[in-house]
Amino acid sequence: MTRAEMVLSALFYQSRCTRNDVLTFLMFQLFINNEWQDAVSGKTFPTINPASGEVICQVAEADEADVEKAVKAASNAFRLGSPWRRMDASHRGLLLNRLADAIERDAAYLAELETLDNGKPYAVAYAVDLPTVVKCLRYYAGWADKWEGKTIPIDGDYFCYTRHEPVGVCGQIIPWNFPLLMQAWKLGPALATGNTVVMKVAEQTPLTALYVASLIKEVGFPEGVVNILPGMGPTAGAAIARHMDVDKVAFTGSTEVGHLIQQASGSSNLKKVTLELGGKSPNIILSDADMEYAVEQSHFALFFNQGQCCCAGSRTYVQADVYDEFVERSVERAKKRVVGDPFDLKTEQGPQIDQEQFNKILGYISSGKREGAKLMCGGGIAADRGYFIQPTVFGDVQDNMTIAREEIFGPVMQILKFKTLEEVVTRANDTKYGLAAAVFTKDIDKANYVSSGLRAGTVWINCYDVFGAQAPFGGYKASGVGRELGQYGLDNYTEVKTVNTVPIKNLFSALVVCLLHTSLPLCTVLSAAVFPPKNDKKAKFLLFSTKKFNLQNA
Amino acid sequence: MHQSGGTASASPTERKHYSLSSQPANGYEHQSGNGFNHQDHNSQNADGLETNALPTPIANPQIVYTKVFIGNEWHESCSGRKIPVYNPTTEKLLCEVEEADSDDVDKAVRSARAAFQMGSPWRSMDASDRGHLLNRLADLVERDRLLLATLEALNCGKVFLMAYFVDLMATIKTLRYYSGWADKIHGKTIPVDGEYFTYTRHEPIGVCGQIIPWNFPLMMFVWKIAPALCCGNTVVIKPAEQTPLSALHMAALIKEVAGFPPGVVNVLPGYGQTAGCAISHHMDIDKVAFTGSTAVGKLIQKAAGESNLKRVTLELGGKNPNIVFADCDLEYAVEQAHSGLFFNQGQCCLAGSRVFVEEPIYEEFVRRSVEKARSKVLGNPLLPGVDQGPQIDQKQFDKIMELIESGKREGATLECGGSPGGQQGLFIQPTVFSNVRDHMRIAKEEIFGPVQQIMCFRSINEVIQRANATQYGLAAGVFTNDINKALTVSSALQAGMVWVNCYNAMSIQCPFGGFKMSGNGRELGEYALQEYTEIKAVTIRISQKSS
Repeated sequence: MTRAEMVLSALFYQSRCTRNDVLTFLMFQLFINNEWQDAVSGKTFPTINPASGEVICQVAEADEADVEKAVKAASNAFRLGSPWRRMDASHRGLLLNRLADAIERDAAYLAELETLDNGKPYAVAYAVDLPTVVKCLRYYAGWADKWEGKTIPIDGDYFCYTRHEPVGVCGQIIPWNFPLLMQAWKLGPALATGNTVVMKVAEQTPLTALYVASLIKEVGFPEGVVNILPGMGPTAGAAIARHMDVDKVAFTGSTEVGHLIQQASGSSNLKKVTLELGGKSPNIILSDADMEYAVEQSHFALFFNQGQCCCAGSRTYVQADVYDEFVERSVERAKKRVVGDPFDLKTEQGPQIDQEQFNKILGYISSGKREGAKLMCGGGIAADRGYFIQPTVFGDVQDNMTIAREEIFGPVMQILKFKTLEEVVTRANDTKYGLAAAVFTKDIDKANYVSSGLRAGTVWINCYDVFGAQAPFGGYKASGVGRELGQYGLDNYTEVKTVNTVPIKNLFSALVVCLLHTSLPLCTVLSAAVFPPKNDKKAKFLLFSTKKFNLQNA
Repeated sequence: MHQSGGTASASPTERKHYSLSSQPANGYEHQSGNGFNHQDHNSQNADGLETNALPTPIANPQIVYTKVFIGNEWHESCSGRKIPVYNPTTEKLLCEVEEADSDDVDKAVRSARAAFQMGSPWRSMDASDRGHLLNRLADLVERDRLLLATLEALNCGKVFLMAYFVDLMATIKTLRYYSGWADKIHGKTIPVDGEYFTYTRHEPIGVCGQIIPWNFPLMMFVWKIAPALCCGNTVVIKPAEQTPLSALHMAALIKEVAGFPPGVVNVLPGYGQTAGCAISHHMDIDKVAFTGSTAVGKLIQKAAGESNLKRVTLELGGKNPNIVFADCDLEYAVEQAHSGLFFNQGQCCLAGSRVFVEEPIYEEFVRRSVEKARSKVLGNPLLPGVDQGPQIDQKQFDKIMELIESGKREGATLECGGSPGGQQGLFIQPTVFSNVRDHMRIAKEEIFGPVQQIMCFRSINEVIQRANATQYGLAAGVFTNDINKALTVSSALQAGMVWVNCYNAMSIQCPFGGFKMSGNGRELGEYALQEYTEIKAVTIRISQKSS
């Protein structure tokens, strides 16, 4: 869809749907076992429109007792012989594809809801978040029946093969900065590989996740496969992380909480842990780069999504001979950034997510000024209600300043100066984080040198924030454990089982299971006599054939 | 309980649901158990599968598409000639379609080449979008499932319900499967020695000629186009002259999907000696894939050698051993061996046409197999209750009858059948031969008809040796409850597929192809992607290596 089409579609949608309609499509309860339920405690919490600071609605608040219920539902959905466990892998893929179709159908609505609850510009929600969500689900839909084990020529008279089996009940805890997208990143690989899910969504942004829950039910996932719990980290999140029946936990959020999750796993059942945490990602501009393009990309790298990106390019290293010009142009660009009502299609920047983040960012700005960085523009509040902050640029930033070391998660850009390649690689790597990095240069040698020298999970060359469902994403060092997206994303949700020639009966049944479970289009019909008929039309046909077989044998 | 109904029916955009419903593969959607769940699966109701009646063929479907499909447009053939297309059940003319020959092939290749030019819409399309197009094509096939199954039954003589449940399901699943691969065909980065950085790209080969047979017209069509398109190739495909109708309908759907650029798929009904030959000899076709007889496979390989060394993949004939040990579940083995041979009127390259049965159960096995064969109902494949239709044409009919005669003459025991089924038409009675010896023609040549050969064996080594004593190596079956026998025999057989305690257990995820003269290369599964990609290794000099 071109941008023009997108805008047209959005306008069309807005003309038909007032803001008040939005909530009529939504449930505000917990989604457990494909049913809507109040919290056991009966508690609710308010979710807030960050553009106004007003309460949108009350949502049921899950805590430990609800996690318990959800884990029971998910375990039951995962029991041996359950519909989910017996489902053809290709059909799991088909369900994910149908979920993508349903989300695509309701994209305008979901984008509106996302903007209302999160504050991101509607144009971005509709043109970036939603298509990315749909693509992610379609991508993993395709993997479901392609996640292949191996047969292995081991020494001796043995036959050896591996099966890629689901891990089991997966706890997933997602953040508020890309509510829909993070949900898709988590659900896609977990469901493609056959796991069941207990997902806690961020208390700031529960609404779109709940709508997607209703779509999950609509497209036909068996009950208990996906359970969605709005709730707080210290209660519901902690209950998931330390639960003895949760086999795996995946968390996206702050490094601080990442430490807690890893500890909780260690002190409970050693559940598998994957973490996508914070970053302080270096963005390195060499003097031979296309200046105008590098300025625009670096602006985007930091300010995208109100600066609320774990991979934000928040240390912009610029080579000395082009430093002044770069700063000047960056300030010019930041001043032009349109801040305002996120439903206005011209808006580039909406509000920050909540009062806490708002205060924290303003605190960092003060520290920057205090520690001697040069405030080139912005630095203040951008509206008298809601959590808007002016696009802010600091020049003359030194590596030891707080704003150069800590994750700000707001619209605050730090520009640092460097002289040589060796120097910048050392400085860029001098951080506990290692999520992403970028280098802008026309020189292939320099690009290779810097990109192989950087300690980061993703390196962009002459671009920034380029994501594809196909390419893995994750952090070195304290930025995380494991990789999401791509084929690599499947590893997190898979146990590898090695089967060697074991007592004869067992291997035999495994072989038969293997053979019979591989979705056999011909076999389904041809081996009619083997499978007991079920109550669908095809089964009637099978029954019909079987009867005939029986007649022949009578 | 229908909370989510609000989201489904009152969806804010009020757009129509996609018609996504597919036959639930194993009926498991109903295993979740308590009945009322059904209402939630509203998308399943779209094509009426939840109602009680079996699907029924469309009465007298209008045949709309009869021309050559080049560059997303319908063309008359250059020569003006037409092919008569028959209904093998009645032997009456169904319609005439335009007959492509070498001039039309040239035209199609130009169109496919243009679509493959660097910078073309097809070459610059995201891989995931290629995948999405295949998925949308699957949606349309699902929508037209009844019509396509009817066309298959009319044009090919297939039992309608088989066409509906087997051919169409496989068609839809194949398209969806390769739709998923499009953006997962990974190259590698390779830690080469020296100050270099090396990576590989898996690139499409280019213009692919594809020549398909008449026994599974629709399924073969998608087995060929789906992996080719998923890898980014363009296609010139020739359906068999006997069965062009479903392929032409697919061409219309490809156009309807609105996203396949002109020239990406070109469909040319035509004869092997003219159009097929032109494809395999063409200097501007980069690859040819053929499914059909071993005799023609050799011609294709030769043509590639004589012209531009185009890549060749071949799926050819078989004389597949199906080995039944005395310790198996006899009733089940008889049933599987029966359907393993008689499925699709015996017109399968996979047909288990040499059934080796261990001596202790030989007589009983023959007795039960004959019983089963006798109970088969021949008739109009569009009618319910019929389980065997006509052979495809007079030529095949004559060939099968001639081989049956040779079996009698060479001393095999004709247990049942052996004659035409009924007074007229191309029907042949289900036929079973016992006491078949390995040197007989019916034990060596591919019959491609409803004729089952049952042989006797004594030892495992003997049967392995006899099963492998053939020029073919497509498929094989083994029935036993003994794990050691199963593993020994399945390792020793020279065949591209070995089924243990099942037969014809095919799936899109699983590769398919032949050893020896049964073919070159593999279709289906991830393996098929190799047949449609060229690997390019890019090595870049770097200033300093870093591990």
